[in-house]
Amino acid sequence: MPEIKVTPLGAGQDVGRSCILVSIGGKNIMLDCGMHMGYNDDRRFPDFSYITQNGRLTEFLDCVIISHFHLDHCGALPYMSEMVGYDGPIYMTHPTKAICPILLEDFRKITVDKKGETNFFTSQMIKDCMKKVIPLNLHQTVQVDDELEIKAYYAGHVLGAAMVHIKVGSESVVYTGDYNMTPDRHLGAAWIDKCRPDILISESTYATTIRDSKRCRERDFLKKVHESIERGGKVLIPVFALGRAQELCILLETFWERMNLKAPIYFSTGLTEKANHYYKLFITWTNQKIRKTFVQRNMFEFKHIKAFDRSYADNPGPMVVFATPGMLHAGQSLQIFKKWAGNEKNMVIMPGYCVQGTIGHKILNGQRKLEMEGRATLDVKLQVEYMSFSAHADAKGIMQLIRMAEPRNMLLVHGEAVKMEFLKGKIEQEFSINCYMPANGETTTVTTNPSVPVDISLNLLKREMALGGTVCYGDGFLVSSEQALKELGLNEHQLRFTCRVQLQDPHSDPDTLHRIYTHLKSVLKGYTIQHLPDGTVMVESIVIKVSSSAEDPNTKVLLLSWSYQVTFLRC
Amino acid sequence: MKLYCLSGHPTLPCNVLKFKSTTIMLDCGLDTTSVLNFLPLPLVHSRIVLYLFIYCELKECAGRVFVDSQPEFCLPERELLDLSTIDVILISNYHCMMALPYITEHTGFTGTVYATEPTLQIGRLLMEELVNFMERVPKAQSATCWKNKEIQRMLPGPLKDAVEVWTWKRCYSMQEVNSALSKVQLVGYSQKVELFGAVQISPLSSGYSLGSSNWIIQSHHEKVSYVSGSSLLTTHPQPMDQSSLKNSDVLILTGLTQMPTANPDGMLGEFCSNLAMTIRAGGNVLVPCYSSGVIYDLLECLYQFIESANLGTTPFYFISPVANSSLEFSQIFAEWLCHNKQTKVYLPEPPFPHAELIQTNKLKHYPSIHGDFSSEFRQPCVVFTGHPSLRFGDVVHFMELWGKSSLNTIIFTEPDFSYLDALAPYQPLAMKCVYCPIDTRLNFHQVSKLLKEVQPLHVVCPEQYTQPPLSQSHRSDLMLELQPPPMPYRRCSVLNLPFRRRYERVYILPELANSLVPSEIKPGTSVATVSAVLHSKDNKHTLQVLPKPPPAPPTKKRKRVIEEPPVVLAPKPLLSGAVPLEAFLATLQKHGISEVKVEETADGHILHLQAEDTLIQLEEDGTHIVCDNNEPLRTTLRDLVLRFLQKL
Repeated sequence: MPEIKVTPLGAGQDVGRSCILVSIGGKNIMLDCGMHMGYNDDRRFPDFSYITQNGRLTEFLDCVIISHFHLDHCGALPYMSEMVGYDGPIYMTHPTKAICPILLEDFRKITVDKKGETNFFTSQMIKDCMKKVIPLNLHQTVQVDDELEIKAYYAGHVLGAAMVHIKVGSESVVYTGDYNMTPDRHLGAAWIDKCRPDILISESTYATTIRDSKRCRERDFLKKVHESIERGGKVLIPVFALGRAQELCILLETFWERMNLKAPIYFSTGLTEKANHYYKLFITWTNQKIRKTFVQRNMFEFKHIKAFDRSYADNPGPMVVFATPGMLHAGQSLQIFKKWAGNEKNMVIMPGYCVQGTIGHKILNGQRKLEMEGRATLDVKLQVEYMSFSAHADAKGIMQLIRMAEPRNMLLVHGEAVKMEFLKGKIEQEFSINCYMPANGETTTVTTNPSVPVDISLNLLKREMALGGTVCYGDGFLVSSEQALKELGLNEHQLRFTCRVQLQDPHSDPDTLHRIYTHLKSVLKGYTIQHLPDGTVMVESIVIKVSSSAEDPNTKVLLLSWSYQVTFLRC
Repeated sequence: MKLYCLSGHPTLPCNVLKFKSTTIMLDCGLDTTSVLNFLPLPLVHSRIVLYLFIYCELKECAGRVFVDSQPEFCLPERELLDLSTIDVILISNYHCMMALPYITEHTGFTGTVYATEPTLQIGRLLMEELVNFMERVPKAQSATCWKNKEIQRMLPGPLKDAVEVWTWKRCYSMQEVNSALSKVQLVGYSQKVELFGAVQISPLSSGYSLGSSNWIIQSHHEKVSYVSGSSLLTTHPQPMDQSSLKNSDVLILTGLTQMPTANPDGMLGEFCSNLAMTIRAGGNVLVPCYSSGVIYDLLECLYQFIESANLGTTPFYFISPVANSSLEFSQIFAEWLCHNKQTKVYLPEPPFPHAELIQTNKLKHYPSIHGDFSSEFRQPCVVFTGHPSLRFGDVVHFMELWGKSSLNTIIFTEPDFSYLDALAPYQPLAMKCVYCPIDTRLNFHQVSKLLKEVQPLHVVCPEQYTQPPLSQSHRSDLMLELQPPPMPYRRCSVLNLPFRRRYERVYILPELANSLVPSEIKPGTSVATVSAVLHSKDNKHTLQVLPKPPPAPPTKKRKRVIEEPPVVLAPKPLLSGAVPLEAFLATLQKHGISEVKVEETADGHILHLQAEDTLIQLEEDGTHIVCDNNEPLRTTLRDLVLRFLQKL
């Protein structure tokens, strides 16, 4: 039986360093190649030795597919391709291909230039890595080789995020990457057709959450920001440069416009302008509304939001600052946080998920004293708010996707084990399909049951319903038995049976035969019964003849003759 | 398989393919050359308009007779087949979809239109522009009298020679455009779309314009390629995908260059030098053009040329109701652009340099000559505006304005209209005319090379491609020469495509596949008998295991309850081989049948089983068991015979 194997090297019962190996129909595919935000050691990257202990990556892998530009999905890519060594094709969508190297370079700078780490990938490595990338278009069927084909679907989540359908022969797997089933202010909802994959590999970040309506969350968010500003506080919103940042900018921009607010909104890092430019050029990847109106008004040109300068952090008075990165684990958001943490008038709003080990994660868990580098501690007095604006599917969304794609098996990654367990139960109950949740390094094997495609001669196909055909295995052609004999140069061997039955009947031979005919006709409904002019009766292909006995004209001899192929007799 | 040809225009095709019970329309081109027979809109120069006939719908102007009414277009043939039976329409590029509202509206059409996103968006802009041009100067009058055969016969040319005049129709409305375009389903290059499970269609990049595509229409065993408007030149669109066209049974070839003797690069050079010369002499340049397509390349060319030619201060105007949209849309289709332009987007920079021309105020765009333009307009300048037929749109105004001065130049770049015919109503003209048509579509040399590479079994093409152009009848290089010769079509042709379908794909369900026992008949050839129930749903065929037969009743001929549906029993295999006498006798012996009398006959032997009073006739190609009412014996004998035979 053919099998599909799935082994997470990262994101197995965990969030971070997504990297999933899939073996299907003799092909090996790596899905995502991310880093873990919570670690600074070896655990930061997926464990590639799982593959490399048996040989080079290039020999093992047929292709690598990156779902979107978030670092927990692509952060280990240059490490894998340039340092571990992989020269095969890497697939990602156009926006991902455009934005991913910028985030990688940013990440590299923070790690190497600020933290002083050595033995890390270089700018040149990022460039070399990106040369191996082949861009994917939505819905385009890409033939990786003669047997392996992949197709990308829109995933929402962030600009350019894609789900991929991987197919070899009649076996297939869908990997969702991160996705969002509800459209938001700048992106559309994920969509996939009823492709009935053997396995659907889905993220499960919000496996147990069913989020309230987005409108409520937005109102809540605006209220909190507004209140804070009113009392003269400063609001820090740690974000990643691309993604939720644009969503929240659109939200605040329209709110400021409507309320006629004067407090400044800043966006940290020089990336802003550039980031917004990507959104303008890849407008086809945003939602319907933005695409429709972009000629008249480009949503990514902001009036109220200005570039941030480090010195502004000490300015008096209220302000809102979007700063990167989103989990407060390094960079500008962390610096501002340290400055503002001591004042209870201030507020930090965490708009997305925080990985374990990050400061974001710690303060969300209520920690008020933080140990900083150099044994210093930081008292957290400012308000800490959490609002889930990350564009992940919630439990309802995941169930919705299952209904869309109708998978035969389900496999959960990119989530916490406890939450996965809950969702797994729900899925198995509702859809009666198997649901797996392998840990990192653990292999899930699913046996598939593909049907066998053969070519049937059109003549044969046109004979209805039950058919006796022959497959010639060499070419996989299905032809009728007669044709098979002919094509193979074999002669047919007829096997016939004849049986004599005697009965008493005073009529003449033709009359007897006619009486038999009438009788059979009344008894055997639904069969072809013919009275032929040559003095025989045919019941389907059984021949019946009548002759009188030589001795006694009243004794009739019935000759029944049939061939081996007659099906409704027992012999 | 049949092909219905609804348009005779080789670059604005409209064909219908019937293939495996699907009806597929290939393109929906609108022949707009008919508008050359009409007077330009609006009519301002009454000086040269004279009444000619008592029918006031015809007017003479510059020595030529024109129809004075809303211009009309030549539609694809609508009587050749019932348009409501069309399942899908495949659009190859935005120039080839302009007749769409005529086909999808008011005909009972209920199908789907497939097109790429740039094709849809830019096609919508071009339609919007056309409607806007027409609605700006509404004419109540619709001329029909002249179409009367008796009258048309007496008219001077070219009106006299106009064909299919009764199919000519006025422009559609914006409402009809919206309704037609709402039927479009977007597709991406190399996307595989299943039609009713019977046929798979897939668009391929054709390299001609943003989102332009050729189409593959195939089943498991047959492949038709539809090539329409393709280009091998490196302009802005993604390069043409040639290799996917390989192994076609039939290749339908349309949309070759209309200017086989004009080299696009040379024309571009001429365009620039004429433009610079006119400006330097203090004149204005008028470029009648479509609002999308070659204009992007012209602007890019000028972007590089402006500085070197010292034209930095000359204003460039692009005037069209959709000018802004067209320029904006061109920047957002990174996926559909050539590699160089894609790379720019990654930086991120706009892929087309006209963004910079706009930013630096060198290029300005206006929806029409009214409003802002009239106050900001400076001369000498360069104006890009439509429509290239010079019959409607803002271009008419500039012809009036600049036509009388020999300082000015009109440069024709679009190949769709004869420039002499376009200029006819404006004669006599002092303005300089330069004709540098830029048509990037395949020329005959390129196409014959392409066909050599992809090797289709048969080629179908418009009849125009099978002979040299009328004006250059000696140029045998300006036609298609193929072996076997291409099948030509003309408007209203119905071609039987040379195709025989012999096989169809079926799927054997795993349960059944597992039960098959292949046996090797001869080296390398194994066979297995398949007894199955065929399930056909949505044109997909599967073979499933036979349902278990009910227990056999005791009587020989079963009397079945009539209401019961006939139970399908596994059919018995055919037999092959022969029964060897000696071995068979030995086997009989083993089963306790020893009293056998063997009699030789012409074709074999007759075995008389004396104790059982049974005859077995053994021949090379048959065995006949004659045995009276002894079921167990017959069964035994049957099984013994079967041991020696192969079952298929």
